[in-house]
Amino acid sequence: MAEAHMSPQTLAPAAHAEGQQHPIRLYLIVWFWLFVLSACSYAVDLLQFQGYLRWGLILMLMLGKAGLIIAVFMHMAWERLALSYAILVPPVLVLIFVVIMAFEADYTFFTRMEFFGASPAVPAPVVH
Amino acid sequence: MSDPAVTHTDPQPGLTGFVSDWSSDKTAFKTASWGKAMIWIFLLSDTFIFSCFLIAYMTARMSTSEAWPNPSEVFALEIGGVHMPLILIAIMTFVLISSSGTMAMAVNFGYRRDRVKTTVLMLLTAVLGATFVGMQAFEWTKLISEGVRPWENPWGAPQFGSVFFMITGFHGTHVTIGVIFLLLMARKVWRGDFDTGKKGFFTSRKGRWEIVEITGLYWHFVDLVWVFIFALFYLW
Repeated sequence: MAEAHMSPQTLAPAAHAEGQQHPIRLYLIVWFWLFVLSACSYAVDLLQFQGYLRWGLILMLMLGKAGLIIAVFMHMAWERLALSYAILVPPVLVLIFVVIMAFEADYTFFTRMEFFGASPAVPAPVVH
Repeated sequence: MSDPAVTHTDPQPGLTGFVSDWSSDKTAFKTASWGKAMIWIFLLSDTFIFSCFLIAYMTARMSTSEAWPNPSEVFALEIGGVHMPLILIAIMTFVLISSSGTMAMAVNFGYRRDRVKTTVLMLLTAVLGATFVGMQAFEWTKLISEGVRPWENPWGAPQFGSVFFMITGFHGTHVTIGVIFLLLMARKVWRGDFDTGKKGFFTSRKGRWEIVEITGLYWHFVDLVWVFIFALFYLW
């Protein structure tokens, strides 16, 4: 109930019928950060980071970019929670699907190794 | 809560608002129009489609006993004698992000009812989107000429080709549809359809300025999907 007694100033500016008015500067700043984060992602590949460092950086930069696009460019930060939760919560369930299919893929890999005599191969060099 | 009239005219914030919006026995999305709510629900369903593609890719890549081709080298280009890994994909990423930036500003000027700036920015977005599709066509041509097929490729796991063509093809189709939609809406904005109340060709109904933001939501989503494809397919 605490939220109900907050003063209007503390509320997030709600989207209204007139649409949203934000300074252009906000979009330029977000644009700049998207460029920086993309450049960092590309640098992860250029610098040949490997292992958990690579995965961690790729995922963090990916989620950072996705968050900026959804929150600011798509104005989700100014929508009411009724809409935000309806849209943002269901995709989280996809993570369960990811886990299920990871188990499945592990199992398929195991059967290929165990019963088909496959062995992990070295990739052929790429020649253009 | 004790005064329904307050709830009705002035929606509550935060979690209390979330509960009262959904339990109000009325429209749940108090401030989003039906158009905006529907595009968001469409985008949610599209999210599931692309999720399925990316999960299929994960499953194929984890379960294959053959080595996965190294995307960093597969998508490398020689530019001026310099070997640049993944350079085309990096340029495509920057082009698509820039198009999202111009689209965000188009939406902003749309709400200020600035016809000229909105039209110009939407056309600029469409040009950047078309550039992206063009570069993707180049990439496809290059890989096909090097022998990549949905069932085989010279470098490793045969699933690489099918995953690549399926995911980038579906995303490229989304971008293409977005470009067409942008051009159609830019024409309407330029002609002043939303000020004069001219009826649409397909819908026979008056359009509203809000369509600029709805087009923008679709366009940002296409950019958003690329963020995931770039990270999970090209960088991983």
